Amino acid sequence: MSAALQNLVNQPYKHGFVTNIESDIAPKGLNEDIIRLISSKKNEPEWLLAFRLDAYRRWLNMVEPAWQNVKYPKIDFQAISYYSAPKPKKKLASMDEVDPELLRTFEKLGVPMHERAALAGVAVDVIFDSVSVATTYKEKLAEVGIIFCSISEAVQLYPELIKQYLGTVVPPGDNYYAALNSAVFTDGSFCFIPKGVKCPMDLSTYFRINTEESGQFERTLIIAEEGASVSYLEGCTAPRFDTNQLHAAVVELIALDDADIKYSTVQNWYAGDENGVGGIYNFVTKRGLAKGRNSRISWTQVETGSAITWKYPSCILRGENSVGEFYSVAVTNHHQQADTGTKMIHIGANTRSTIVSKGISAGQSNSSYRGLVRITPAARNARNYSQCDSMLIGNQCGAHTFPYIQVQNNSAQVEHEASTSRIGEDQLFYFSQRGIGAEEAVSMIINGFCKEVFQQLPLEFAVEATKLLSFKLEGSVG
Amino acid sequence: MINVNSKTLLEVRDLHATVGGAEILKGVDLTVKSGEIHAIMGLNGSGKSTLAKVLAGHPSYEVTRGTLLFDGHDLSALAPEDRARAGVFLAFQYPVEIPGVANNQFLRLAYNTVRGQRGEEELDPLEFDDFVREKMKLLKMNPDFLDRSVNEGFSGGEKKRNEILQMALLEPRLALLDETDSGLDIDALRIVANGVNQLSNKDNALILVTHYQRLLDYIVPDYVHVMEAGRIIRTSGKELALALEKHGYDWIHADDQMTEARP
Ligand SMILES: Nc1ncnc2c1ncn2[C@@H]1O[C@H](COP(=O)(O)OP(=O)(O)O)[C@@H](O)[C@H]1O
Ligand SMILES: [Mg+2]
Repeated sequence: MSAALQNLVNQPYKHGFVTNIESDIAPKGLNEDIIRLISSKKNEPEWLLAFRLDAYRRWLNMVEPAWQNVKYPKIDFQAISYYSAPKPKKKLASMDEVDPELLRTFEKLGVPMHERAALAGVAVDVIFDSVSVATTYKEKLAEVGIIFCSISEAVQLYPELIKQYLGTVVPPGDNYYAALNSAVFTDGSFCFIPKGVKCPMDLSTYFRINTEESGQFERTLIIAEEGASVSYLEGCTAPRFDTNQLHAAVVELIALDDADIKYSTVQNWYAGDENGVGGIYNFVTKRGLAKGRNSRISWTQVETGSAITWKYPSCILRGENSVGEFYSVAVTNHHQQADTGTKMIHIGANTRSTIVSKGISAGQSNSSYRGLVRITPAARNARNYSQCDSMLIGNQCGAHTFPYIQVQNNSAQVEHEASTSRIGEDQLFYFSQRGIGAEEAVSMIINGFCKEVFQQLPLEFAVEATKLLSFKLEGSVG
Repeated sequence: MINVNSKTLLEVRDLHATVGGAEILKGVDLTVKSGEIHAIMGLNGSGKSTLAKVLAGHPSYEVTRGTLLFDGHDLSALAPEDRARAGVFLAFQYPVEIPGVANNQFLRLAYNTVRGQRGEEELDPLEFDDFVREKMKLLKMNPDFLDRSVNEGFSGGEKKRNEILQMALLEPRLALLDETDSGLDIDALRIVANGVNQLSNKDNALILVTHYQRLLDYIVPDYVHVMEAGRIIRTSGKELALALEKHGYDWIHADDQMTEARP
């Protein structure tokens, strides 16, 4: 590999800085007392504490999964602090009152959020560490009956909705990290779109881990009632640290009859340095239930960060004619590892799913696509189309594809296509012979490669994702 | 066209180059002045494409001895993209396919990069579209090629035309055409040759690598060189190509004393 290829990935992490805001941190360690502390700090009802304790007891009896194609040292769950909240200096009524330090952080991240909110019509529910500090556009959304707030707030204001839906798509005992999350989640977003309402703007949350060694256990719950639709954007960045940080979120989506939920993620957690030191472990459970007839759940993700990404945003297609989609770009560089993909579980008749996965590996990184398509006996005339493409930059990285297909109804149509390509020296030389340097060449090739996925992103996000990818791959080609 | 007063554009002296540890160029000498057209002929494997790639700065090739001056500047000190921006152009013998990158996007970026470097105006997508369509007419290319991925699924001849289209856009000072005629039918050859001739002027120069006289019927060279085993072993006027066509390369050795060395 030439020197031009080497240089494209080796830039230091741009968002690696720590904001100095006083944190209120729980002592390290995990036990029932800590869970009670979290629950009481958040002034939760008894049933929620019971939910947490039940999850914790299940977790104690589970073993950490080891089947994924990633390697990491054993996590010491007693060395993590499970609660941290910035101390609010006063009640915030508007964005102007947000801690200027925090605003500067967003400035540095290139997210001028008030502008962003105002100009782009995006409501930003800012999660800073584990507690929401500002919510905008809430009133405007409230006019059409949409609830968009932190999940803690929702627990206080809409306990019946939370009780009805929490844990119904990802039950507390679903998997090791989902159980852990159910026991200790501290915050996250809640979104409820009532019957017949089309959400008038994209809903957006920026996450940011700020306290070293504080695990992040976000919990997101989105419900679209009959005929409702919403597009939800999640983006994250994290500051640079040497110790690995665990991020184990749970996201649950529920779409009733004719409802439509589109969930887009641009993930840029700290990936560790070029020697593989530090970085976030991103072990996330994301699942959508297309519960009603003609409902649709669509996941779009651009995964660029984390030392380890391990997630399979999935769709359970229960309603007749329901649709599940998964569009993914996963970029790994240096020593990053990603094992990501999706599960499409077809239960209802005439259900359809589409999977488009683009994996890009550079440096010594490893990227795996793991996908399950299951057509259950009741799913008459179900259809799936899967396309998994891998692109390798250089020759020390790896890409693997693990498609699992289980068909139990022979009226099903399942198609799977896969390809692997490499950005070769001769391609780069062709560009450079026309005056185009390696970085621009790689970004052009990568953008072409990812086009089908980027087209699914809201425009703003697509621009951001394009930049992020070029940035991530700087120095990988030389 | 030979003009004693024109300035030297390319000066190659005792050039040795290796690829994958093997020495392929073993002392190439070549001088090209502006306004001139040179043809390089020679058997397969004699090092013609290697010479072209070394001039363009392919990273797999290492210059181990000799000098490489372009317009008086040391070319070997420049990255390939800087050589391109300085006006060195290579029409590849085997243009690579670049799936997913639209030809028009690629052409516009190349055009704007090279023009920008020369302090010339950049064109926005709409202006560029008009401009490139004019150039395509010159080469009788279907505008559909703009929307396709670069070279992907192009026939051999279409790839070659796409190379010359790029030459027409970038207006290089020194163009190296590596077997651009191979794979072209006779009509295409005439069209491409016509296009090249229109681009040729007293300030630029052309090096044609070819096996066939038929290209040289359309683009008449001032000098014909014969390469063998990594060296230029014979240089003469355009009649050399005709003689080679008639007698084959062995004839050169049968007739070694006829060699005219060019200073
Ligand atoms: N990457 C490479 N590694 C080793 N040998 C090479 C490589 N590329 C070309 N060669 C060798 O260099 C010699 C000259 O090749 P080339 O310049 O392509 O010849 P021509 O264009 O005159 O047909 C050939 O013997 C060829 O096999
Ligand atoms: Mg050749």
